[in-house]
Amino acid sequence: MSGQSMSVGPGRMGAILLVAPALLMIGFLFVYPFGYSVVSAFTDNGEGSWHIANFTKAIEFYSKDILFTIVIVSLSTVVIGVLAVAIAGYLTLGENPTAVAVLKWLYRWPLFIPFIVSAQLMRTFLAKNGMMNNILTSSGIIEPLAAQSYLDWRGIVITFVWKQTPFVALLVAGAMASIDRTTIDAGRIFGASRLRILIELVVPQIATTLMVGLILSYVVMLSVLSVPLMINAQSPTMLTVDMAWRINSYGDYGVANALGIMSYLFTGVVAWFYLRQSLKDKGA
Amino acid sequence: MVQAALSSTWVRTITRVLTMSLLAFAIFGPITNMLLWAVAEVWYFPYKLPLEYGFSFWERVFRPEGNATEALFSSIWIALLTVVVSLAIAIPAGYALARGKMPFRYLIMLLFLLPQAFPAVAVHMNVARIFYGLDLTGSIAGVVLVHASQGLVFAVWIATAAFAAVDAELEAAARNMGAGRWRTFTDVTLPLALPGVMASAIFVFLISMDEFTGTYFVGAPDVVTLPMLLFTSSMEGNYQIASISSLILLVPSVGFMLFIERFLKADVLAKVGN
Repeated sequence: MSGQSMSVGPGRMGAILLVAPALLMIGFLFVYPFGYSVVSAFTDNGEGSWHIANFTKAIEFYSKDILFTIVIVSLSTVVIGVLAVAIAGYLTLGENPTAVAVLKWLYRWPLFIPFIVSAQLMRTFLAKNGMMNNILTSSGIIEPLAAQSYLDWRGIVITFVWKQTPFVALLVAGAMASIDRTTIDAGRIFGASRLRILIELVVPQIATTLMVGLILSYVVMLSVLSVPLMINAQSPTMLTVDMAWRINSYGDYGVANALGIMSYLFTGVVAWFYLRQSLKDKGA
Repeated sequence: MVQAALSSTWVRTITRVLTMSLLAFAIFGPITNMLLWAVAEVWYFPYKLPLEYGFSFWERVFRPEGNATEALFSSIWIALLTVVVSLAIAIPAGYALARGKMPFRYLIMLLFLLPQAFPAVAVHMNVARIFYGLDLTGSIAGVVLVHASQGLVFAVWIATAAFAAVDAELEAAARNMGAGRWRTFTDVTLPLALPGVMASAIFVFLISMDEFTGTYFVGAPDVVTLPMLLFTSSMEGNYQIASISSLILLVPSVGFMLFIERFLKADVLAKVGN
């Protein structure tokens, strides 16, 4: 008997049948609604068959929020990147074992906390009478009267950074642990400061991992509804809140989907970078 | 000279301690604030700490008919159903992707990533509209489907990695000894891949427990999960109930994540996404 007839695993036809339910699910719950949203954005609530009235209306009503969304998400991504590199860098290059151990234990916590819970934590923590202001006034850093609520764009950025930094730091620290130590040692021998070693020798070697982590965070931040809804739902706010508002208050799917298409475009740009990079890595 | 070196070590130590304390405050401050709210009976401006502590809110929400009890049970029920649906789909798919002669395998793997790669809100509001025509809005079944689609990428990718980590020679040996394909799968492949499959089940369970956006569009107001209860009570300014719900949601997340390293072995982890 040949080894071929005893081969393990399903054949071509069997494999396709086994994957079919999963593909149907993605088709029904993602591809179909995705296509639906595109068609709706260009056809709903208009006179003609295909039109761009929803987009002009969306831009007219929400141009401020579109800009606000881009600024918040970009700013958060940058801050997350800087903090994640700092944390992972200290874990890799830190010379005090106690400090490294403490940091390693400390930085991961928000990773395990769901977005909706993070939003609730920050809603109480950053409020005018929240714990942050209480500590700042008690320790005399600010005057009690100067205490202000951070539940606006700053609150959204703080929540995003708080929640997403550990995720990127975890990925980056993993990549840093596996890079070639000889370059770092060479840098040390030549007397480069640790900051310089981090920026000039370590970061270039983990740039791909850092980029992937930041892109995933960027998409997540564009998708999350609970954080902007609970931290700052007043104007200007993020597009996710506008979409929910458009539907719940007006049943206006046309404009909501036009805003949705814009958010697809924001992620589409970075998703394209991600795909290109991962295809390059796979050598496919 | 010695003195200068000594003082510079001191400066370094103090900076280190200060930075770590600041970080600890940034991370645990918000969590502590929530814990305080969870046991606060009376707390209003300008008092920095609750005026009275107690568990009367806990009693209120955990009565048999209390809203947290109901939300917790519907959350767990939905999460369990989501796990069943996801595994029923992901186990065959994972096995085929790991072992089968699959055309366009890499593209299919990427396809499962799509629901994560686009803003969920824009897709979910249209899912809700489609479900409305099918009478699925406001139903448990509708919410389970939405949760399963969110968890599918993890279920399929982890299951694929788990099956790929099983030594194919063991399967070949079983086949050589006369076991059929099905018998080989149930007696050899599946038991060996079980830890990885359990890990994907845990992931899906957690995703379903914490899911908000899909439930908000598809389930509300009829299906009240724990995140929905958290949201509505927080928006009504009832921070005690919102904080108690947060705390309940935190327990499985932190617990499972600490636990998951046992299930998700390094050999499986190394194959995820491949």
